[in-house]
Amino acid sequence: MAELADAVIRIEHLFKEYATDAGPVPVLKDVSVSVASGEFVAVMGPSGSGKSTFMNILGCLDVATTGRYLLDGKDAGTLDGDELARLRNQVIGFVFQGFNLLPRATLEDNVALPLIYRGTPRGERLARAHEMLDKVGLGAYYRSRPNQISGGQQQRVAIARALVTRPRLILADEPTGNLDTATGREIMALFTELNRQDGITIVLVTHEPDIAGHAQRLVRLADGRVIYDGLVEHAQAHHLEKTL
Amino acid sequence: MTAAMLAEAWLAMGANRLRTLLTMLGMVIGVGAVILMLAIGQGTQRQVEASIASMGSNLFIVLSGSTTSGGLRMGSGATPTLTLTDAQAIEELPAVAAVAPSSPGTAQLVYGSNNWSTQVYGTTPAYLAVRDWKLAAGFPFTDSDLRSATRVALLGKTVVDNLFGGEDPVGKTIRIKNSPYVVLGTLAPKGQSLDGRDQDDTVIIPVTTAQRKLFGTQFAGTVRFIMVQAESGEAMPAVEKSMNELLRQRHRIREGTDNDFSVRNLTALANTAAETAQVMSLMLGAIASISLLVGGIGIMNIMLVSVTERTREIGIRMAIGARGEDILLQFLLEAIIISVIGCLIGVGLGVGGALLVSTLSGMAVVITVTSILLAFAVAAAIGIFFGWYPARKAAAMKPIDALRYQ
Repeated sequence: MAELADAVIRIEHLFKEYATDAGPVPVLKDVSVSVASGEFVAVMGPSGSGKSTFMNILGCLDVATTGRYLLDGKDAGTLDGDELARLRNQVIGFVFQGFNLLPRATLEDNVALPLIYRGTPRGERLARAHEMLDKVGLGAYYRSRPNQISGGQQQRVAIARALVTRPRLILADEPTGNLDTATGREIMALFTELNRQDGITIVLVTHEPDIAGHAQRLVRLADGRVIYDGLVEHAQAHHLEKTL
Repeated sequence: MTAAMLAEAWLAMGANRLRTLLTMLGMVIGVGAVILMLAIGQGTQRQVEASIASMGSNLFIVLSGSTTSGGLRMGSGATPTLTLTDAQAIEELPAVAAVAPSSPGTAQLVYGSNNWSTQVYGTTPAYLAVRDWKLAAGFPFTDSDLRSATRVALLGKTVVDNLFGGEDPVGKTIRIKNSPYVVLGTLAPKGQSLDGRDQDDTVIIPVTTAQRKLFGTQFAGTVRFIMVQAESGEAMPAVEKSMNELLRQRHRIREGTDNDFSVRNLTALANTAAETAQVMSLMLGAIASISLLVGGIGIMNIMLVSVTERTREIGIRMAIGARGEDILLQFLLEAIIISVIGCLIGVGLGVGGALLVSTLSGMAVVITVTSILLAFAVAAAIGIFFGWYPARKAAAMKPIDALRYQ
């Protein structure tokens, strides 16, 4: 478990409800999770278990109904839209299942995009974008466009974009969901490297046990509650097959 | 930051070139129409004002009255009731600046082998002051010419051109109805009058000469009309009243009987013409402004479509740290760039169109810096006004909803 003092993420008794015509529908019910700096956590759970909502709240894209969420020591519940945007820009790097690159922009512009919102000068933006593209092995594609490269390469670009702000935390939502197994493994190797060598905290949602196997720790959600939180090896040995 | 935003806006506009161009076209046509219409309207206005200025200011014209003989009513000026002494009496009235009695007629002019028929004005030296008419060369005739009815003449530019060609007319002798007249000077060109007559097609001679030697008169000393200039615009009603009283008294017109003369306020007529021109100018501008408004609505329409289409992009930008105001600025900049570029092209088109109209039709056009600046200000305002709502809509999206949008 995470030492609380060094927690990047600290969630306490978090509830989330969605208002529908048939009244409020609870999605997360009393979730408490902490993630320490440098951890690699996989979040698993069946469809409707609330893992997407959980990730959205972690990423400050959505806010909890009740409960406390401290990101990098700041209470997300007390921040306004602009402050949340700054937090997303400075602390978090996002990697999505659908890559979410801007189709019209070149790869270097895509990677440099988060720096625009920090007011970084263009020269420095491009230098950092090039550095990150080199790091994910796409040094030859600065001026290509997303539709000119493969899915695996697009996800690498998305990772480069997440890294360009030098975030403490990477949130990855099914990053291998649109990729074949081999490419997925390469992407996971990249995440592992970022976690081990650069010490970046990673929280990754997946429904594939293989992919979750790259993490150190597993958080399993079902019906809006945490039903398992512990080491991946332990879970694989005892629970994984059962709960799939 | 702003430079980066501009680059982004440019990229987004370039992504759908045809649509951007069509949106811009609305602004181009709107601004072009406003510039063109203002140019034509102001040109007409300026022309009317120039004609008015050429007429002279604060002017009355006193015409001898109509008469009825055997049931036939004659027009104004049919009965020669006004005399030179009437004119002298009017000159004594307070607030009257100048008085010019006139006896016009048409005569054939001859110089060398050229001849020309024109309007000959018999009048006094005051006429030049009343009409604010300068001499181009030579000098005017004087009161002593008036007393002795000398045969001297001042020629308008059209007459000079037709009789003399390139020759200098001052000091030369022309023949009017076979009598020799010395040309004392030539008049500065005045151009067209309000009703389109050529004011320069004229010859001015002393009124006494016209009466006694050129045209003759039914009764000695009568004139066709008297031009009266008041000292100021404010004095005009008082002058009109005292002039009426004076002339009724001098002509012994009894209470309850019609005047045998009529007084017309030329300046009031001219002002009406000027106001008409101004209203026309405003109306042209207003009609053109409607097309500018339609162009603005076109921008809003396209921006709304663009915001919806790019919802996912907005979500991505928000996820990686764009604040609401960053998104707002991005879409607002796009709207402003479209309208300002459209405006630039529109100004070019409007100015070109105005010059073309003036070359083809000879219509007077006036392009002022003010109208161009106004068009720019309006275009920028339209960009902001019609871009604001779509941009606001984009900025107000919740990141999670925008990101999930399919």
